[in-house]
Amino acid sequence: MGVLRVVNLGVKVGDKSILKNVNLFIKEGETFVLFGPNGSGKSTLLNALIGNPSYQITSGRIIFKKIDVTNLPANERVRLGMGISFQNPPKISGVKLIDVLRYCARVGGYGEDKIMEFAEIMKMKDHLYREINVGFSGGEIKRSELLQLMLMNPDLVLLDEPDSGVDLENVALIGDAIRRLLDRDKTEDRVKSGIIITHQGHILDYVDADYAAILYNGRIACTGEPKDILNQIRNHGYEGCLAKCLRNMESLE
Amino acid sequence: MSEEYGEFGVDSKRLREVGIELDRSKRSGTFLMEDQHAKTFASFFEGVEVMSIKQAMEKYDWVKDYFWKILRKDQDEFTKMADTEDVNGYFIRSLPGAKVEIPVEACLYLKRADKQRVHNIIIAEEGSELNIITGCTSHPGAIGMHIGLSEFFVKKNARISFTMIHGWDTTIEVRPRTAIKVEEGGTYIGNYILLNPVKLVQAYPTAYVEKDGTVIYSSVIVAHEGSVVDYGSRAILMGENSRVEIISRTISKGGKIIARGHIVGDAPGAKGHLECRGLMLSENGLIHAIPELEARYPNVELSHEAAIGKIAEEEIFYLMSRGLSRDEAVSAIVRGFMEIEIKGLPEALQEAIRRTIEMAEKDLL
Repeated sequence: MGVLRVVNLGVKVGDKSILKNVNLFIKEGETFVLFGPNGSGKSTLLNALIGNPSYQITSGRIIFKKIDVTNLPANERVRLGMGISFQNPPKISGVKLIDVLRYCARVGGYGEDKIMEFAEIMKMKDHLYREINVGFSGGEIKRSELLQLMLMNPDLVLLDEPDSGVDLENVALIGDAIRRLLDRDKTEDRVKSGIIITHQGHILDYVDADYAAILYNGRIACTGEPKDILNQIRNHGYEGCLAKCLRNMESLE
Repeated sequence: MSEEYGEFGVDSKRLREVGIELDRSKRSGTFLMEDQHAKTFASFFEGVEVMSIKQAMEKYDWVKDYFWKILRKDQDEFTKMADTEDVNGYFIRSLPGAKVEIPVEACLYLKRADKQRVHNIIIAEEGSELNIITGCTSHPGAIGMHIGLSEFFVKKNARISFTMIHGWDTTIEVRPRTAIKVEEGGTYIGNYILLNPVKLVQAYPTAYVEKDGTVIYSSVIVAHEGSVVDYGSRAILMGENSRVEIISRTISKGGKIIARGHIVGDAPGAKGHLECRGLMLSENGLIHAIPELEARYPNVELSHEAAIGKIAEEEIFYLMSRGLSRDEAVSAIVRGFMEIEIKGLPEALQEAIRRTIEMAEKDLL
């Protein structure tokens, strides 16, 4: 069954058109990895999916669990089961991490005990009464974002660069959390789906995914096996990888 | 609670809005003044004296030496107006070495007076600690002016925290005049909360800080449509290693706010920081921040940061992505903006501030 279907999506930010005719289909239990150079529109896609009003939809539709959510505000998409971890979430002075975790737990239907349990796992217990993201290190921001997701317990997990700026010691912890969010340790009855955006791909050492693609110039290209695509990007760069897969596509035709 | 204060003909709901506990078991002393009359006062703690200034003058002949000691009669027309025979106010004093953590509560209530004239003297004797919460409010429908003079004396190594919560009306003009003398090693923590509509508030408390003295000022001010609030905090750092921190949060809901701050560094090692943030919640209204730093000595460290704006859309969206509706997100951000944590303030007073903010919140959004 399809959880997410994106049809001909076009997105602009201000006057600048970023995504053109993006099509995506994600089935229940599937994890999809999206690679792409800086500025290719990866974050734009996730922001458009979750309903960030700064990203304007110019064409197409977003269907989530058979509901057209294209015009729904973010909180309603979240209630339906979408969840996102941001690459650079804002600082909000006076609003404490614990406050936000309580909002998240409300979404996931968890109580105070789970907040403490998950905070312990994500090594964020010392940060609960600090203002959210204020003075957090890169790794602390990622752990805080994943902790929030764990409490929201979404069916579709959107992860924007969950491994960037994370020191080696914590990559494994973050990998564990993501595997858990995406049911990756389950072999059957997997219900969670996800999109992982990664620039460098380190996270794939810890999390397996079903397939991957490259977002280039506002379009999705080169769908394939994640490790395979990552190797090609590492060996040939984005340009090389794209040229190669375009050649393959032509020869297939 | 009605048997506590109701008998005095004051509106207890109004008192609650300005943090008055109405529960004597939670206070170390109380004072209630209506117009020019001290209706009741008492101390429930050995180390603290609470009485009307008139009674204090009768009891101790030295009290007059503190009267007009750091405020000047000829400062302006309002200080002149307060220099009258029938001026009244509170006298609160912690005795040497006494640690009075449970707050003293003082309430100034304007009922019928055209001009309520108040003159308070607060003294923390050497090595003592004194926490005060004062709520100033007016009877529903009252019209008039409140002129409140306060002179604070923080003696050597003593400490005063003074939390003032104002809740007036659009018919009331308010002119507090406050001076604070902080002696060697002393600490003064001054908090000012104004969340309800008022016609005008104009005040600029000034602290004179001696060697190793510390002053922390915090204020949370909301100006509703039609209100004018001109409020500032000033510290004259006159002793070696004296320091001050000023935190100001202002919100315009259509009213006009002038947020002032002035730090004068006039001694070696003097250190001061001023943080002034404003939030515009209305198309109308105005916030004018005027932070001033004045170095009169080379070896001082003075800094300020000021920022005024509307709520960032990015912050609203972030909380919406955690399940809050737009309105819930805005209210969480505004609440966070107003929730200042004041170092060294007893929990009971922190709680009084929190409760005041909660009560005012629904009118704000």
